[in-house]
Amino acid sequence: MISDQLPIIQIVILLVASPLCVIFRNGNWAWAIATLSTWTVLGIVSFLTFNIIQEGPISYHLGGWRPPFGIEYSLDSLNIYIILLIVFIASIILPYSKGIIKKEIEHNRRHLFYSIFLLALLGLIGIAATGDLFNVYVFLEISSLATYVLIGLGRKRQSLKAAYRYLIQGTIGATFILIGIGFLYSMTGTLNMSDLSTRLQPIIDTRPVIAGISIITVGILIKLALFPLHLWLPAAYTHAPTVVSAFLAAVSTKVGAYLLLRFIYSIIGPSLTFDSIPLLEILLSLASLAILVGAIIAIFQNDIRRLLAFSSISQIGYLVVGISIPTVTGLTGGIVHIANHGITKGAMFMTIGCIAYSVGETKLKNLKGLAKRMPFTSAALLIGGLSLIGVPGTAGFIGKWYIVQAALDYGLWPVAIIVLLGSLLAIIYVGKILESIYFSKGEIVFGRVEKLSFYQIIPVWLLIIATIYFGIHTDLTLGISIEASNTLVGGQ
Amino acid sequence: MKDYLVLRVVSKLLIPFILLFGFYVQMHGDYGPGGGFQAGVIIASALILYAIIFNIGIARKAAPMWIITSISCVGLLLYVGVGIATMIAGGQFLEYGFLSTNSASGNHTGILIIEIGVGITVSAVMLMIFFSLAGRR
Repeated sequence: MISDQLPIIQIVILLVASPLCVIFRNGNWAWAIATLSTWTVLGIVSFLTFNIIQEGPISYHLGGWRPPFGIEYSLDSLNIYIILLIVFIASIILPYSKGIIKKEIEHNRRHLFYSIFLLALLGLIGIAATGDLFNVYVFLEISSLATYVLIGLGRKRQSLKAAYRYLIQGTIGATFILIGIGFLYSMTGTLNMSDLSTRLQPIIDTRPVIAGISIITVGILIKLALFPLHLWLPAAYTHAPTVVSAFLAAVSTKVGAYLLLRFIYSIIGPSLTFDSIPLLEILLSLASLAILVGAIIAIFQNDIRRLLAFSSISQIGYLVVGISIPTVTGLTGGIVHIANHGITKGAMFMTIGCIAYSVGETKLKNLKGLAKRMPFTSAALLIGGLSLIGVPGTAGFIGKWYIVQAALDYGLWPVAIIVLLGSLLAIIYVGKILESIYFSKGEIVFGRVEKLSFYQIIPVWLLIIATIYFGIHTDLTLGISIEASNTLVGGQ
Repeated sequence: MKDYLVLRVVSKLLIPFILLFGFYVQMHGDYGPGGGFQAGVIIASALILYAIIFNIGIARKAAPMWIITSISCVGLLLYVGVGIATMIAGGQFLEYGFLSTNSASGNHTGILIIEIGVGITVSAVMLMIFFSLAGRR
């Protein structure tokens, strides 16, 4: 039956489309192939989501090998939620990219851009879909290598430097993950996640297992860009082509958050985290620091993309705070914030892409009076900013609300204060953007404003509307998040 | 390299054998040591040796960049194609047994074809790396 094959077909379609983009050697054809294939995948993933909500998890055995021996793709409510987010964002970004990349990527490289974009997308979907720890590493490398190239495709010199920086740090992270997997494999002899989880329980206190767990966690934290390991992120977001920074900001760190969740709760189980090493406490303190430090640095930035990059570091802190409170409310907050922040940040970076396209500037001091020339685009930025702050009625509010609630329930009132303080700091840095585009007096520095096409306006507003929609109608996101966190910490 | 008579004669003698050895490694990958990756590198190395010793211009003309790029994609498509064929035949992705009536021969064919795919892609990518580095001045 074809419907049994859907978990693999979502990846195979992209794997076929990506080389086709190169063979056609034409930017427009490649765009059409990429968009159509991504939309098809979106259809498949929506169908799978529907199935999983109704009938429960799906397990797919690659090559017909039974799970502990072969590679298994296991889809439950958590994976499919992340995959849905990734594919949703990608299928909105691709139409948006049609006009934007004309200014940002050289003509003869455009088809390569789409091919590599599809590979990055495929890798991210694969990380979320697979139930095999080594397969996670393989897909992580596929998506990371593709991402390095995407960042380096920018026309500016700094984008190569940013790509190189990410290449070095990302490779260190991936190598850490690989070494850690080696440790766990040598102790248990299995790579299948659920099998690994049962086999780890009796030997969880042994030194190699603890070492392996620590190493993998550090590797994931580099990919996730949690505070002291975030150094690759600002340059990558600032100097990549805007399409790429929108995609990265919206999904790539979110997949890191998914990996962390999966690793802590599904593989090692909460048993270890309280007794042997204070993993959750470490994560919680780093995340609290990330919230404050990211927001404070963001306040002092002059480039709007760099400002938002540091805001991302702060928001990643929120995700990890949610993830490291092992109650259903805490995890729900973290998981809901993964999607809501992804949508918000994606929308904001896409708006900035529009501004860079029309005005050719992203420095705050050169954007004075933008609201008069581009009222709708500025309004989009305003709504996104409100969601970053966490104003009720926007998507950013839901996650923070749950996180604060979970922190108070769990007796972590300092964390709750930090989360609120982070929102206050967010008011300052969002205010800084709004001040310069709305209220600043003085001469308008930028010259001609280029008109945006519908290819850019419609996707941006789709995401902006989604930002508001998911702040009011929370059934879809919250429903899946609650179910996912129930499966993760169900026994407690 | 016009003056180095020994190098030129020896490489001229060796290149056919390197290619032959590459194909041997390719086709024996399923039973003996070897396989697509090694074979791809060996075959590419024969072409690279030719380009270094004799004339990179002729090598470039024989294998232009856009053709190598497309060939590298064909290899990947061949690999995925086997997976799709097994799904159409009623198995899971890459369940080679379904490629033939007999499971053993199905497995044999499947591995052989995907190894050829790997070989094509690897040799094309090796040439791409060499040509793009050799183009720098």
